[in-house]
Amino acid sequence: MPSIEKNGLKVWQVRDQKAQLTRWGMWFALVVAFVWSWQAISDNTLWALMGNVGEVTVDIAGRAVPPRWSYMDKLWKPIWDTLNIATLGTVISLFIAVPVAFMAARNTTPSRVFVRPIALLIIVSSRSVNSLIWALLFVSIVGPGVFAGLLAISIRSIGFCAKLLYEAIEEIDENQVEAITATGAKRWQIMVYGIVPQIMPAFAGIAVFRWDINIRESTVLGLVGAGGIGLQLSSSLNTIAWPQVSLILLVILVAVVISEWVSAKVRGAII
Amino acid sequence: MSVALDSKLGTAWKKPPFISSRRVRIGFLIVALLYLFLATLGTKGLANWLAVFGIVEEGFKFGRIDRFFSGIDVNWSRIERGLARGMQFIEGFMNPDFTSRLDDIKQGMYESVVMTVASTVVGIGISIPIALGAARNIAPLPVYLFCRFVITVSRALNELIVAIILVAILGFGPLAGFITLSFATIGFLAKLLAEEIEDMNKVQAEAVQSTGASWLQRINFGVQPQVMPRLIGLSMYRLDINFRESAVLGLVGAGGIGATLNTAFDRYEFGTVAAILLIIIATVMVLEYLSGIIRARIK
Repeated sequence: MPSIEKNGLKVWQVRDQKAQLTRWGMWFALVVAFVWSWQAISDNTLWALMGNVGEVTVDIAGRAVPPRWSYMDKLWKPIWDTLNIATLGTVISLFIAVPVAFMAARNTTPSRVFVRPIALLIIVSSRSVNSLIWALLFVSIVGPGVFAGLLAISIRSIGFCAKLLYEAIEEIDENQVEAITATGAKRWQIMVYGIVPQIMPAFAGIAVFRWDINIRESTVLGLVGAGGIGLQLSSSLNTIAWPQVSLILLVILVAVVISEWVSAKVRGAII
Repeated sequence: MSVALDSKLGTAWKKPPFISSRRVRIGFLIVALLYLFLATLGTKGLANWLAVFGIVEEGFKFGRIDRFFSGIDVNWSRIERGLARGMQFIEGFMNPDFTSRLDDIKQGMYESVVMTVASTVVGIGISIPIALGAARNIAPLPVYLFCRFVITVSRALNELIVAIILVAILGFGPLAGFITLSFATIGFLAKLLAEEIEDMNKVQAEAVQSTGASWLQRINFGVQPQVMPRLIGLSMYRLDINFRESAVLGLVGAGGIGATLNTAFDRYEFGTVAAILLIIIATVMVLEYLSGIIRARIK
């Protein structure tokens, strides 16, 4: 038990001296890192311009406040596009994610040495690049528009869905698979009757979860020209039309809340 | 029961469907097919197909909604031209160009790292009191509701949208990105930490309280040791997320490597694009590896 001598008495301490020193060292490193970072940010900021931040905020808020409701007429189609990018993107990504997940799961992969690393590579590369960066890439390949957004969302979702799905496949109850195998089932029959029913709830949950995330992401894809409501947002911002910006932000917020509600309901019904 | 079994005797077994009600199943299928039609081909495509089956006349139009349900336009000639660029991109990955824009990349990475570190530290600093307030077992109801509201707002607003608004107010530069990421950290960290505090073992906190400890001492000795491993794990995870996000905030002018990346895309310099993406992926992997080690050591 760590303790120190104080006035001839042994007093209890939470940590001994060595642990205490390492702890102080880590805190010190953290503070140094933070001060250094803050210094760098501060050097790149024109503090002279920050004096009237309050006024600017009030000014922008004042311009934005009655949202231009009549602009809503022009927003219905971008909303439909955004919904399509998210939904079709999720559907397409699931078609690719399912085989990738089966190839990546340890208990179903055809080959641990050759196929599994490739599947894992697909998952990692899809996951580590943000959907906006995928969108930038596809805008430069297929041109600006809904199609680029659709591709970006699909590619980005593959890694996410496949990762969660292969973890679900690895956690299945092997007894059921064995029982099906014992009846003399072929490989595809084992899949359909032994594995698929076990992962179906997880699959539906993942699909809805990803759809919810995709709705959020597809609202901003338009900022790089990949279709959806973000396109209107970026053009309103470029023309400094604050009443339109506030209306679009409101629409996005409502869309996000609705999609989260739908996803929570569906997942609640499944699980 | 036996009647039901007898009537099924001798008939082949069929796999039970995922959705048990037949009506719901067929309804779901029809809605899904109709949606797919409208989403991909639009009402014009639907009218064409209906005309093929002779349900409506050739050249039928749905009228005003045609403009709304427009489907997805795929410009094949544009794609054909773009595929060359796709090939260039892949070639760029085979042969990434780190040198020609080295100064830009260095500056961008420096800003990204700085924004990540500062915003994670500040975000955690703000998240901890908010998490304490958002845990129902230690906070009174008004505080709880307020803190939950802060968390909900932070989660509902997309980082990029916050960044756009802040860039409009504060001007271009890493300050906007730093505030954006700090704000986004609150929604993530405070929510998960509050859930952890709610799940904790309250016996320990009670034992500390029974020694006559003050509120602060109770939190420090009764609650903090229980949630610390989780807090460190979450912080490392958030550091990782903040870095990834800082890579895109530059697209809207909030500083970081994203601006360099965007410029490289605009100039079609795919070698530089590949180099930046490789650096981002490598950094994310290093961070993931580090956080794995730290989390393993803490447990």
